[in-house]
Amino acid sequence: MTVTNTFPVTPELVEEHGLSQEEYARIVDLTGRKPSFTELGIWSAMWNEHCSYKSSKKWLKTLPTTGPRVIQGPGENAGVVDIGNGECVVFKMESHNHPSFIEPYQGAATGVGGILRDVFTMGARPVAAMNALRFGSPDHPKTKHLVSGVVAGIGGYGNSFGVPTVGGEVNFHPRYNGNILVNAFAAGIAKTDGIFLSEAKGVGLPIVYLGAKTGRDGVGGATMASAEFGEDIEQKRPTVQVGDPFTEKCLLEACLELMKTGAVVAIQDMGAAGLTCSAVEMGAKGNLGVELNLDLVPVREESMSAYEMMLSESQERMLMVLDPSREKDARAVFEKWNLDFATVGKTTDDLRFRVLHQGEEVANLPIKELGDEAPEYDRPWVEPESPPVLEPHAVENTGDYNKALLDLLNSPDLCSRRWVWEQYDTLIQANTLQIPGGDAGVIRLVDDQGEATGRALAFTSDVTPRYCEADPMEGGKQAVAECFRNLCAVGAEPLATTDNLNFGNPEKPKIMGQLVFAIKGIGEAVESLSMPIVSGNVSLYNETNGLGILPTPTIGAVGLIEDTSKIASIGGANDGDVLVLVGLEATHLGQSLYMRECLGLETGAPPPVDLMTERMRGEFVRAAIGSGQVSACHDVSDGGLAIAVAEMCMASSKGAVIELESDQPHAALFGEDQSRYLVAVPQDYADMLAANAEGSGISYSRLGTFVGDRLTIGDYVSISIEEMKAAHESWFPEFMDGKPQELQAAE
Amino acid sequence: MTPAVILFPGSNRDRDMIAALTKISGKPPVLIWHTDTEIPNVDLIVVPGGFSYGDYLRSGAIAARSPVMREIARRAAKGVKILGVCNGFQILTEAGLLPGALMRNAGLRFVCRQVKLKVENAHTAFTQHYWDGQVIPCPVAHHDGNYFADPRTLRALEDNKQIVFRYADDTNPNGSINDIAGIINKKGNVLGMMPHPENLIEADHGNISGRRLFESVLEVAASEAA
Repeated sequence: MTVTNTFPVTPELVEEHGLSQEEYARIVDLTGRKPSFTELGIWSAMWNEHCSYKSSKKWLKTLPTTGPRVIQGPGENAGVVDIGNGECVVFKMESHNHPSFIEPYQGAATGVGGILRDVFTMGARPVAAMNALRFGSPDHPKTKHLVSGVVAGIGGYGNSFGVPTVGGEVNFHPRYNGNILVNAFAAGIAKTDGIFLSEAKGVGLPIVYLGAKTGRDGVGGATMASAEFGEDIEQKRPTVQVGDPFTEKCLLEACLELMKTGAVVAIQDMGAAGLTCSAVEMGAKGNLGVELNLDLVPVREESMSAYEMMLSESQERMLMVLDPSREKDARAVFEKWNLDFATVGKTTDDLRFRVLHQGEEVANLPIKELGDEAPEYDRPWVEPESPPVLEPHAVENTGDYNKALLDLLNSPDLCSRRWVWEQYDTLIQANTLQIPGGDAGVIRLVDDQGEATGRALAFTSDVTPRYCEADPMEGGKQAVAECFRNLCAVGAEPLATTDNLNFGNPEKPKIMGQLVFAIKGIGEAVESLSMPIVSGNVSLYNETNGLGILPTPTIGAVGLIEDTSKIASIGGANDGDVLVLVGLEATHLGQSLYMRECLGLETGAPPPVDLMTERMRGEFVRAAIGSGQVSACHDVSDGGLAIAVAEMCMASSKGAVIELESDQPHAALFGEDQSRYLVAVPQDYADMLAANAEGSGISYSRLGTFVGDRLTIGDYVSISIEEMKAAHESWFPEFMDGKPQELQAAE
Repeated sequence: MTPAVILFPGSNRDRDMIAALTKISGKPPVLIWHTDTEIPNVDLIVVPGGFSYGDYLRSGAIAARSPVMREIARRAAKGVKILGVCNGFQILTEAGLLPGALMRNAGLRFVCRQVKLKVENAHTAFTQHYWDGQVIPCPVAHHDGNYFADPRTLRALEDNKQIVFRYADDTNPNGSINDIAGIINKKGNVLGMMPHPENLIEADHGNISGRRLFESVLEVAASEAA
């Protein structure tokens, strides 16, 4: 049966493809004629926001992306950073926001699948995953359903694929009611001389299609992700892809096996805009043309049109350029893993992207223009207004500090996320040294025989969207700084970062201003803290019915631990240990969780970050941990000092007596001043640490001692560890299951 | 003393198991692909955890009917030691080498956490390095670990001391009947368990209580081979 590939290209059709009139005119100009229906689909796939970064490119270019350890920065499937011993870490974070809101399980699952594929496409075996999730208000009728589906989807894919999930974030805020965020991170390890790129090399080489068959799922997904949501959202369900982690696992093993043979010239996974995007990228990067014959593409549905095949986002598919002399070996590997293997085209020397279907040429386009000539906009933006800095006395003090502490521990954004991360396999691969619940996830590095090398990688993801909303630049800085702090708190040297920028509609100058200033803040911070951005993703148009999300530039970061016998964790405190604060007493309550949870206010400026102080204190803490004398460490962030101490007490099941006297106790206890750490050290080391701090000009104070089974802070707080744990552990299960669940022993 | 590990395309704790066996026995195990119909002469066959064929129909159901399983059944009948962990346990029950079934967790969610395991029978080939009543911590990571068997089978399991491991101290993570975490066949050479002893063999794992299981069975198999 012949499938028709011709539909008249009308102005309405052009608009439905998310292309503006100017963009369409440019296309006609570049091609020298009107596009065919299939060609229109291809242009729209390549030029939408998701694939072309047309609104953000100008600003992304300003980010520091290089460093002595950076092997591959942005522009490939993932960033690559040297970790010594001939190995590198390959990582990236990517959003799957729109699909996850429409269909939470599959949306989140395929988000995990996509990012894992980005990592192993480069030749790395995935060793760690994280996810940063933002949901609407807990009271919103959809929230529970979305949390349940997203968490199950992430677990369903990652657990089956076999990668440990070692960290992440979960936040709730009404501004995500109509547009949740699902940002998935993955990291893998590769040999530095075994990295694979997408740039095609050589004319007349076979282009091979690998993995799962092509279906109609996800047609137009990237275009959908580049538009706001309206009331018609339910109609977009068919644009969500369906994941198959089993096939992905087979694809991983087959790809790594094939890469070892030396047969792979170039490789690109089929993610957003599937076959179109992968083929164009391989060709355009290599200055080559590409010819595809769709009759050879393995399909799982009959009568698919060229348009559908080119825009399908069916998962678990790869495109490779192969050394023709090795095609037979390659085929054998894929047959062993029961995966499709088909030669679907070849590289050419004419810089054209040609697509054949049923003997007819359905597309013939200039390949460089498709990829490189995508429009780049300097969208108008306005500088965000700076909110006033709130002095502590200007913020109401509720007086009852015990209640405030328990309320915060039992609040949606500060309670234990155990309910979430127990649905993720955190231990698979047998290399996990620190599971979620601390400052960073830690995975040890092993040799080819699986023997520990004594080295490890630490992973963290962070951003505080309410800070970014109040002051995008400080918020951007803070997201990077907190990642830096989380890594230092386990004793890791921060290496590099990946950014996942989630914002509203960039055509609104206010939103564009948020993006511009957040990027400025991120740029400053990664420069000062030596954590270059090596990969990333931009997700814009996160709006429903005109209301945008909180600006959420999620940062994922990787650190290196040279000696695993000297790492710190949140829960390592022993009886009699001295608790030390690195940093000063807090005075900053603006945008704090204390204000939001106890006073119902979200006002003021967020706490500023001084990057020089950040760096100095981080290096000091890391040196202390490196001396092997620190029994526990935790950074002070959301909820301030009182929450940080409480978290350390709960994690170690030890009480503490803290000396504190303050004129503004609510600020001292719950202020969220930045660049601060809590460090637990044995008595006989405390003086040495103090001397070192003084010598290095680091603000330092001895707060108290770990002892007993209660947390006592001056005359302000006195609560048993048991009561704190009950408050901390109960919110999530009660919210999700509607009933109190037994307190799980926090080992 | 040679162990073997069976590899299904969706096995994913195979690497953990291979590393554990290598570290404990001193040499890497023989690897057997799921389509193989012959297995070399080995003393211990391990069916590792994972999602053998994606577990789409029912956990372990398709794997239980794969070519290699016929040979495993023959070896089991000959008395070769067989260990199935997690998905391996599911496959062994689906293949009829162990009684009962593993249903979806009572909470209907995947669960990965540390539980406590009580050694109910320290007189098997797999547990002789433990003592009766010993309680060890051990991680679980599964979606379908809710063990079930009919009353008659259960009674037989209890009477014959075939229940080797039970979840202790109210840590049953999945609703398993009688807190069952691991069972052995009547003959005493096929053990299936949901928890992961292979993730509990080094100081880096926080505890090394899983080592004893492998040391026990390797020692017994070696002495029988001698």
